[in-house]
Amino acid sequence: MKVLGISALYHDSAASIVVNGEIIAAAQEERFTRVKQDASFPVNAIQFCLAEAGIQLSELDAVVFYDKPLLKFERLLETYFFYAPKGILSFVKSMPVWINEKMFFKKLLKQSFKKIGELDWNKTKLLFPEHHLSHAASAFFPSRFDESAILTIDGVGEWATVSISKGSGNEIKVLKEINFPNSLGLLYSSFTYFLGFKVNSGEYKLMGMAPYGNLNSKEVDNFISIIKRELITLFPDGSFRLNQRYFNYATGLRMVKDKKWQKLFGIEKRRAESIISQQHCNLAIAIQKVTEEVVLLLAKEAKRLTGLDSICLAGGVALNCVSNGVLQRSGIFSEMYIQPASGDAGGALGAALAGYYIYFKKDRSVATVKYDLMKGSFLGPSFSNKEVRDELIKRKAVFAEYEDVESLLRETAKLIDKGNVIGWFQGKMEFGPRALGNRSIIGDPRNMEMQRKINLKIKYREGFRPFAPSVLEEDVSNFFDYKGSSPYMLEVHSLKSEHKVASNLISGFTTLKERLDSKECTFPATTHVDDSARIQTVSKDTNQRYWRLINAFKSLTGCPMVVNTSFNVRGEPMVSKPFDAYRCFMETEMDVLVIGDFLMHKDGQPEWKSLNSKKFKLD
Amino acid sequence: MSTVKDFWMFMKERKKFWLAPVIIVFLLLGFAIAFASTSSAGAFVYTLF
Repeated sequence: MKVLGISALYHDSAASIVVNGEIIAAAQEERFTRVKQDASFPVNAIQFCLAEAGIQLSELDAVVFYDKPLLKFERLLETYFFYAPKGILSFVKSMPVWINEKMFFKKLLKQSFKKIGELDWNKTKLLFPEHHLSHAASAFFPSRFDESAILTIDGVGEWATVSISKGSGNEIKVLKEINFPNSLGLLYSSFTYFLGFKVNSGEYKLMGMAPYGNLNSKEVDNFISIIKRELITLFPDGSFRLNQRYFNYATGLRMVKDKKWQKLFGIEKRRAESIISQQHCNLAIAIQKVTEEVVLLLAKEAKRLTGLDSICLAGGVALNCVSNGVLQRSGIFSEMYIQPASGDAGGALGAALAGYYIYFKKDRSVATVKYDLMKGSFLGPSFSNKEVRDELIKRKAVFAEYEDVESLLRETAKLIDKGNVIGWFQGKMEFGPRALGNRSIIGDPRNMEMQRKINLKIKYREGFRPFAPSVLEEDVSNFFDYKGSSPYMLEVHSLKSEHKVASNLISGFTTLKERLDSKECTFPATTHVDDSARIQTVSKDTNQRYWRLINAFKSLTGCPMVVNTSFNVRGEPMVSKPFDAYRCFMETEMDVLVIGDFLMHKDGQPEWKSLNSKKFKLD
Repeated sequence: MSTVKDFWMFMKERKKFWLAPVIIVFLLLGFAIAFASTSSAGAFVYTLF
């Protein structure tokens, strides 16, 4: 049984293939086209998935699209109808998109498949599960749980913005939904917009900025009470209502009514790229705290409805690793699993799994599943040493080839210890937004300067943005208030008190830079100003080479962790091919690049003529 | 034709026949707008469709 899942034409197009229940491959289209969050039909990702599974298009039993376009159209029409005549501008702008593309979606989809190969639609099923069912399936079916509560939260799918379900064997039963326009994801995105970041990618920045807010200040208390009084009405069962008088997303072109928000919070909408003030940070921590409160209430409701001890999370809000950490520590559920590709790209995988288990009613067993069935989320393209060598020779790169992997790892560990920033490209590319050690930029977490160097000189992004530590799984509890596996960098936990050299004083600093400079702990490059870290535990079982590298660094320095951030520059998708990596290496101030068994230093490389013909959009 | 059939099946499934006149009026208006302009999803800060 071969099932292809796709997500497309919204944002984060992707494809995934499941063969007899095994997740064979999954990839986002952006990695191939180099257009961040590419929404186009994922021709390249589909071709990659088919090649990886070693099958032709005609051999597919089903193609599963990750949502129901007609139901989305119904929401659109009903919303315009309900708010009419308001929303006429939005209607005028959106209709051409629908009439020219999305309304004839099936035709478009079938035409797109013709570019790839022959497909007999009488033989191959075309299925459309609901958006939140795809998210729920992406979290539950790969998990180790036979039964579990499932909570999905995002901006919006068709109608639903939140769903609570119960997963049991090969079934998912939806128990409760919250519908558009009431959306926790869109509330968070509204603040992202108001604070001058790009919606649907700047949410990470908002989350990263929040710890700079002063939680003990009256201003934050005031912001929280304004949000809860004016913007969101929260009910004890976790359901909520957003006061649409303040929002514009349902019928307008913007997220919020700027003037009303300015009056409400007493601050101007922040212009993109302008200076970030303490007030902005205070507003960020306020919405983060409200988000955490809603997530906890929803989790309690999921517990009440299912009575189960485990929970699976997916949907864009499940990428809020701070609230995930809060949920984990709350003890509402004893076990938690989060789909690493929780955004819409992961919907492609969920769609394929929903097709396989729910539509085709295939048996599901978790008896032998240790952590999950995601294979560490290493589901993307990989390249042989020969392919890498050919590419490097083509680029006239100067490199050393290591026949002994141990020597390569020892040398790389030494280079990290000396303060070098390393581009680390190995094996299969990650599926989802996080680099987990195969398309990563790595460095020394003990080095004070590392965070600023990588942010400003390599990724060309804001200096305040934190990095995650990749830490050996067996050592995590020695350094963090956390015990267990967190392989996908989806939970934030605190550094143990003995590693906090000095407390971070909240008051007395006026700028973000001063706060950043005040950071003092054993691992300043991977720890945020509130001594928290977005932990990635690295296990020998899922990524042996990365584990061995960190272990080599530990043998050399006693430190069992490295800084890990995605291998890309700001506004660019993560690197996919060896050429992407070499280009990124040559166009930034990265010191060393390791691809497969090949190591190269920046010094000694031939002069590089920038190929930056394609300007990446800033986020 | 298959799109019309899909819409009919959809309304039947969702028991939302009252949507038919709304769909017709909106679509007529939508077609008029679509023929008069090009795709403009870029105008939105964030598209919800």
